[in-house]
Amino acid sequence: MLVWSRSGRLVLWLLFALLFGVLFLAPLAVILLSSLADQWNGVLPNGLTTEHYTDVVKGQAWNAVKASLITGFLASALALVSGTWAALSLRLQGHALRRLLGLLFFIPSAVPSVSVGLGLLVAFSHPPLLLNGTVAIVMIAHFVLISAFTFGNVSAGLARLSPDFEQVASSLGARPAYRLWHVTLPLLAPYLVAAFGLSFALSMGELGATVMVYPPGWVTLPVSIFSLTDRGDIFAGAALTMILVVATLALLLGLERITARATGS
Amino acid sequence: MPVSEAVALRAPAVRREPGKLWIVPPAALLALLFFYPLALIARQAFLDDSGIANFAEVIRVLHSRFFLNALINTVSISVAATAGCLVVGLVLALILAFVPFPGSGFIARLIDTFIALPTFLVTLAFTFLYGSAGMLNAGLMETFSLPLPPVDFLYSAWGVILAEVTVYTPFILRPLLAAFSLVDHGQIEAASVLGARPFRIVRQIILPAAVPALIAGGSLCLLLTVNEFGIVLFIGAKGVITLPLLIYGKAIQESAYQVACIIAVVNIALSLGLFGLYRFAAGRLGA
Repeated sequence: MLVWSRSGRLVLWLLFALLFGVLFLAPLAVILLSSLADQWNGVLPNGLTTEHYTDVVKGQAWNAVKASLITGFLASALALVSGTWAALSLRLQGHALRRLLGLLFFIPSAVPSVSVGLGLLVAFSHPPLLLNGTVAIVMIAHFVLISAFTFGNVSAGLARLSPDFEQVASSLGARPAYRLWHVTLPLLAPYLVAAFGLSFALSMGELGATVMVYPPGWVTLPVSIFSLTDRGDIFAGAALTMILVVATLALLLGLERITARATGS
Repeated sequence: MPVSEAVALRAPAVRREPGKLWIVPPAALLALLFFYPLALIARQAFLDDSGIANFAEVIRVLHSRFFLNALINTVSISVAATAGCLVVGLVLALILAFVPFPGSGFIARLIDTFIALPTFLVTLAFTFLYGSAGMLNAGLMETFSLPLPPVDFLYSAWGVILAEVTVYTPFILRPLLAAFSLVDHGQIEAASVLGARPFRIVRQIILPAAVPALIAGGSLCLLLTVNEFGIVLFIGAKGVITLPLLIYGKAIQESAYQVACIIAVVNIALSLGLFGLYRFAAGRLGA
């Protein structure tokens, strides 16, 4: 205990409550409140309603939820396969090459998302690689942005893995493919699930690259939230944001429970 | 995010086997979908349509008022927001780690989930809180019968900075709490029993342990705030244009692709420089 006096501790806790309240609690609470606000002219809403949610669900919003979920799922699945593949095969390389390639796999996380989108537009707007205006270019943008992230998570998992299991398996005569499928991947499973969940969450909230490349008819949740608030329809925007937050948190919690059950902790 | 990779890169090889070509498929995928487009941005920035180097346009853009304003905005907002994140993150982490209260573990996890939420959520919330018709202004106008909303910082660089402090403080908090969990509590108690005041303990025992985490977290914050797009777009203030927003405006709203590519080259170079700083700091942290 750093501070022994009761009054000193109380002052610090009040400071914490103030910072936490203003910076983290107030924004979440106010988004929830405004998504339920009937009309809002004073300090508090004049009344509460679920109208914004029903409006949003009746309108284009369901398409946006669907577009975000499909994009997130496919981009995360591809990033998981390629990130795991890269992390596993990097172990077979020599030291220098492993360092260099490891760095290259991380670079997408450092490049601004708008520039990733711009690059895709410049590269894939002409035949034979004409992807501009298709759904695929949105998936690719999301894949590129989250790929470094899945690669990092899986690499961290591999680094913590005790090499004994794999060595025992191969000394017992297990072939590389058998060892990978029955020893390494099951041991990595918690990291794979965590990587998938967090990259899905990142994809659900992605805005910068998506606004650069999205075709009409494939409007993701963040893009439709932006167009709603840009039109001045901020209550509907808040309702859609709540749907996004709840979907993201439900996904993360669900995956966490699956991992906890699988590892028996 | 990339916090954990420093560990991964130094992991010893399990064994050497023929199988070095397995790296080719994921590397080729990344090369096609990421590095090839990146190279084309550079090509479009420096070459004209006939493939001849043309620096006149580059020089014109780099000297233009809109570019210089965006560059100054980007750097100053990023530095201010990072400073804010460092101060707030340090205060929160000190209290969470050394003056814990019932439920502080849960609160720390709650703050951590902000990493997974979209950044523009905070800006949208700020509209309701601090906007001209928001709760704070409505309250002040009612209480003091003011004719005009008195609080007017949201549609300026300050609005962006406050939103970025909220969004990126968890990225400081996470490595700080990890560093604080390694501090010997016995040492603090001993110093305390010997009569050292809390401020002196923080300065002489806790802060030295926190410096690597502050440098790594701070450089990650610099990188993320330079690249931030959603917050600036949602605030939508005319006077607050940053490099990512300028690229979006030039490419999508004006269809000026070459100008967008020139600005993107500068933005990417700035980001990669900060990424190098972060890697260096994180490498020192892990050592």
